[in-house]
Amino acid sequence: MALLQLTQITRRYVMGSETIHALREINISIDRGEYVAIMGPSGSGKSTLMNLLGCLDTPSSGDFFLNGINVSLMDDNQLAELRNREIGFVFQSFHLLPRSDALHNVELPLIYSGMTHALRRKRALEVLDHVGLADRVHHRPNEMSGGQRQRVAVARALVNNPSILLADEPTGNLDSHTGDEIMILFEELWKKGNTIILVTHEEEVARHARRIIRLRDGLVASDEPSSGHSPVRTLPIP
Amino acid sequence: MTLWQELKEGTGISLSALRANKLRSGLTTLGIVIGIVTVTLMATAIQGLNGAFRQSISSMGSDTLFIERFGWFNDSHEEWQKSMRRPVISFDQFDALSRQMTLAKAMTPITGTQLPVTFKNRTSRSVSILGCNEQFVLIGANTIAEGRFFSAAEANGGRPVCAIGSAIATNLFPNMEPVGQKIRVGGSTVEIIGVMAQQGNFLGAFSLDNRVIVPLRFYSVAFHRPLDYEIQIRVASMELLEDAKEEARGILRQIRRVPPGAADNFAINQQEMFITTFNRVGAIIASAGLFITGLSLFVGGIGIMNIMFVSVAERTKEIGIRKAIGAKRRTILLQFLTEAAGICLFAGLLGLAVAFPLTLVMNQFLPATLSLPIVSLALGVSLITGVISGFLPAWRAARMNPVDALRNE
Ligand SMILES: Nc1ncnc2c1ncn2[C@@H]1O[C@H](COP(=O)(O)OP(=O)(O)OP(=O)(O)O)[C@@H](O)[C@H]1O
Ligand SMILES: [Mg+2]
Repeated sequence: MALLQLTQITRRYVMGSETIHALREINISIDRGEYVAIMGPSGSGKSTLMNLLGCLDTPSSGDFFLNGINVSLMDDNQLAELRNREIGFVFQSFHLLPRSDALHNVELPLIYSGMTHALRRKRALEVLDHVGLADRVHHRPNEMSGGQRQRVAVARALVNNPSILLADEPTGNLDSHTGDEIMILFEELWKKGNTIILVTHEEEVARHARRIIRLRDGLVASDEPSSGHSPVRTLPIP
Repeated sequence: MTLWQELKEGTGISLSALRANKLRSGLTTLGIVIGIVTVTLMATAIQGLNGAFRQSISSMGSDTLFIERFGWFNDSHEEWQKSMRRPVISFDQFDALSRQMTLAKAMTPITGTQLPVTFKNRTSRSVSILGCNEQFVLIGANTIAEGRFFSAAEANGGRPVCAIGSAIATNLFPNMEPVGQKIRVGGSTVEIIGVMAQQGNFLGAFSLDNRVIVPLRFYSVAFHRPLDYEIQIRVASMELLEDAKEEARGILRQIRRVPPGAADNFAINQQEMFITTFNRVGAIIASAGLFITGLSLFVGGIGIMNIMFVSVAERTKEIGIRKAIGAKRRTILLQFLTEAAGICLFAGLLGLAVAFPLTLVMNQFLPATLSLPIVSLALGVSLITGVISGFLPAWRAARMNPVDALRNE
């Protein structure tokens, strides 16, 4: 069974008398352990799709199964719980809590999942160490560089061991060097068995992925393996 | 996530939010601070009044009847004027009543005047001089602290003896035993045979300890022949209060020749009348206080609601982030409720800090102190105000759509 299964998914926005079709009956299936880039021109529906995949939003029609659970039927609180458990988000503009230090930012998903203080502290430090920020634990976002902030965001996304890592333009606010560092981090994470889906409009960034889905006007224009990579991962899934 | 964890997390968040907006939060709390000061002062004053009242009327005794020409409380001015024309209560009437009453444990006629009292070179200028019989000491809170009260023989013989109130004892005999000394009352010399136990103020109006009690027969000879008496009756037991009242009423109507069907031309007063009247007045004061308090808290609450809406709007993105990583509606709701309640609780503490010195000032006039129940009342009220006024903004935050909230810059 696929990790993500989208069948005939549409997403419409009604604005007064006008209806915008952001997604039109698309079908996508993504397996555990895949590394997918979603591309397309501006307004093609990338962010809309991302929000659906991340369970931040529900489709206007169609079925969306995550891990075999029908997300389309869930209410607000169930979606929150699902996001907490299954999804790790990395955003273009980091979206960290400005008044909290790195540690608290990373701990937050664990607080919401109800983990005890000692356990979550240990786990958060572990993940921060893993993204190379062991010495920045008590820094606030405004005391860190863009690359470091994005690493905190990645650590926060990973801390709950989610099924999927979702990144919307993760390198969009970074210079090319720090952007590359983040992409190397993603590569490592993928090799460790994480499922990664990222939205980008930079071919260079998309090339890191093993599969590229191109959207146009709310439709899947193409869905093929990335050039330069074999579509099948070389490492076994742990 | 347990409720406890959520509250803990919420408290942390709101503290940092408050720290970030010190001035704004401070100004907003002002309304609540004023509200809490009013609540505290009002409650303390009411409690003080109550205390003063209970203390005062306890001197009257709940099982005592006071028969007088006038009722203590008149419903109208006309009633008062009418009662002015009533015939006096004479000693003979007391005599007849005391012979016929069966339900009285003790009874005395009382008359009084104001005279200066002197011991050697010390003088108390205006002292209540009471004339009564030996049973006075059995009625109400009248008890002897030192020495003894005068006996029936002394009363009937009109002996120049007296019992003095505790204030007279301290004023005229600062470092001397008063019992056995002779004082001058008006133009007469009287021997002190006892000191009454302290009774305090009556409703803050006059001291019950600044008095000299002499046998009525002596009073009539030494000062003046009284025209009108008050009769105090201690009934045999509390359960017989109403029966005794009816008995006294029947006898008096007959003695004073009140025609059947006509209204009484005397009044039988009792402590309960004070309580009823006081409760009525107290209720009016309390509801006026409640209204003022409610108004200032309402204004304060609106301020809090306003600031919470601003806070929610400012932190829309934060709410989006929290929801994206798994915060449920309840978590966000609690976060903002905790913040509103926190602001108000802080305001409550501030209000108490302001009110405390004011209650000390109040204490000069009333037995009023800032008690623990009042402190908890004030804090409880501020907490509730916070929760109520924070609810709408918090609810708006909790219901935010994460996608929209995240897009907010
Ligand atoms: N909340 C909304 N209300 C109305 N229309 C919306 C909303 N969100 C997106 N749309 C519309 O849906 C379409 C797809 O938008 P979406 O944000 O998914 O595009 P995108 O591919 O992410 O573009 P970009 O590369 O510029 O981020 C657009 O036409 C957009 O105007
Ligand atoms: Mg987009």
